[in-house]
Amino acid sequence: MASQNLQSVPAELSPEEQEREAAGQAYFDRIISEDSRIEPRDWMPAAYRKTLLRQISQHAHSEIIGMQPEANWITRAPSLKRKSILMAKVQDEAGHGLYLYSAAETLGQSRDQMMEDLIAGKARYSSIFNYPTISWADMGAIGWLVDGAAICNQVPLCRASYGPYGRAMVRICKEESFHQRQGFEILLELANGTPAQKQMAQDAVNRWYAPSLMMFGPPDDDSPNSKQSMAWNIKRFSNDELRSRFVGMMVEQVRVLGLTLPDEDIRFNEETKKWEHGPLDWNEFKEVLAGRGPCNSQRVERRREAHENGAWVREAAVAYARKQAQKENAA
Amino acid sequence: MAPHGNPEAPASAASEINREAPKVAATNAERTTTTPASAPDVTPRGAHEESPWSLWEVFVRSSRGLSHVHAGSLHAPDAAMALRNARDLYTRRNEGVSIWVVPAEAISSSDPDSKGSFFESPQGKDYRHATYYTKSEGVKHL
Repeated sequence: MASQNLQSVPAELSPEEQEREAAGQAYFDRIISEDSRIEPRDWMPAAYRKTLLRQISQHAHSEIIGMQPEANWITRAPSLKRKSILMAKVQDEAGHGLYLYSAAETLGQSRDQMMEDLIAGKARYSSIFNYPTISWADMGAIGWLVDGAAICNQVPLCRASYGPYGRAMVRICKEESFHQRQGFEILLELANGTPAQKQMAQDAVNRWYAPSLMMFGPPDDDSPNSKQSMAWNIKRFSNDELRSRFVGMMVEQVRVLGLTLPDEDIRFNEETKKWEHGPLDWNEFKEVLAGRGPCNSQRVERRREAHENGAWVREAAVAYARKQAQKENAA
Repeated sequence: MAPHGNPEAPASAASEINREAPKVAATNAERTTTTPASAPDVTPRGAHEESPWSLWEVFVRSSRGLSHVHAGSLHAPDAAMALRNARDLYTRRNEGVSIWVVPAEAISSSDPDSKGSFFESPQGKDYRHATYYTKSEGVKHL
């Protein structure tokens, strides 16, 4: 990774540098304890910067790779209306990726480097986008379950302690609610259609349910970074807390759809006042994250192909800009 | 896991995708690093040699009568493309009636390390606020 871009702390600090570091840390600690925001040019601990860079770049990559499972259905959408909606949604994902890359750049990582890490298969992104979209109903299930889970995760991130990240999330959350509603509507229409259409909707919900619960990340006792992220006010709620909240919402909404969730262990625990769900296959999660999911190589390959095929466009735009500048100089 | 094999059949260009592609090798990364590099003889305003698509800050006026407000940033090879990209990126839902783009490097900002001293002058000058004057409380229209 481009650790040379990160704020490096030399092994031997002069007394003045030590003093500066200590003052920086004290200032940072005060900002965090006041629940205020850190801005790009503020002093921040190297580990805070590294954690944010990892989280924001992974988030950006997820948006960019997340365009693919849905783009897969644009040419086969059942109506012009659905096609327009799907295109707008995929365009939004591209936009969200760009907002987030901008936020990551403020931490000192170049966008080119992030893109290279992604297409070289070195960067991680959300495991959910490595599952195939095999039917039109998957567009509904992705909108309802996947974007629903994403919203649950992202709303608290609007208050993340790093200013540029929080601001990007505010923008994203505003746009994301249309995504979930359109997915719900697709499922609702299918569920009220022919028996075969209803079956298609149920099948999609069955396949996307568990992967969407796993989007919240590993269980709290297996999530080593969570505690520090919460102490830094990047994360506001634990993975399990958000997952439980999400299950509660889905239980209500699936009734309106007239479908069922493929989990017989869902229950509301009266003691803890929390929703509980059945066991999840965390080995599958780790396998997919490690690059061995159903579509990992296809997704990265496609992104690389698109990036390389677009090279001439980027070059042409630069050549044109140069030519225009030359003309201006001559004039 | 999914018993569906590889059911995602993109409607176009399917044959060009090597589905069995192993994890991307390091050589590919090297290949791609060289793609956008072409040293410009005349550098468009705000552009760097190493990254021809330089960084621009985007300001959007949401409606007539309001100021332009910082919306975010983006990369573009020149001002004209920056404006077009800004329109596509920051005004997909009628968020604006006017856009400014400014090369990020053209912006000067106050030093974050001197917050205290740079901004201290209003401190202790409460008399600059209307709330400082309490004797007029209860007097109408004042």
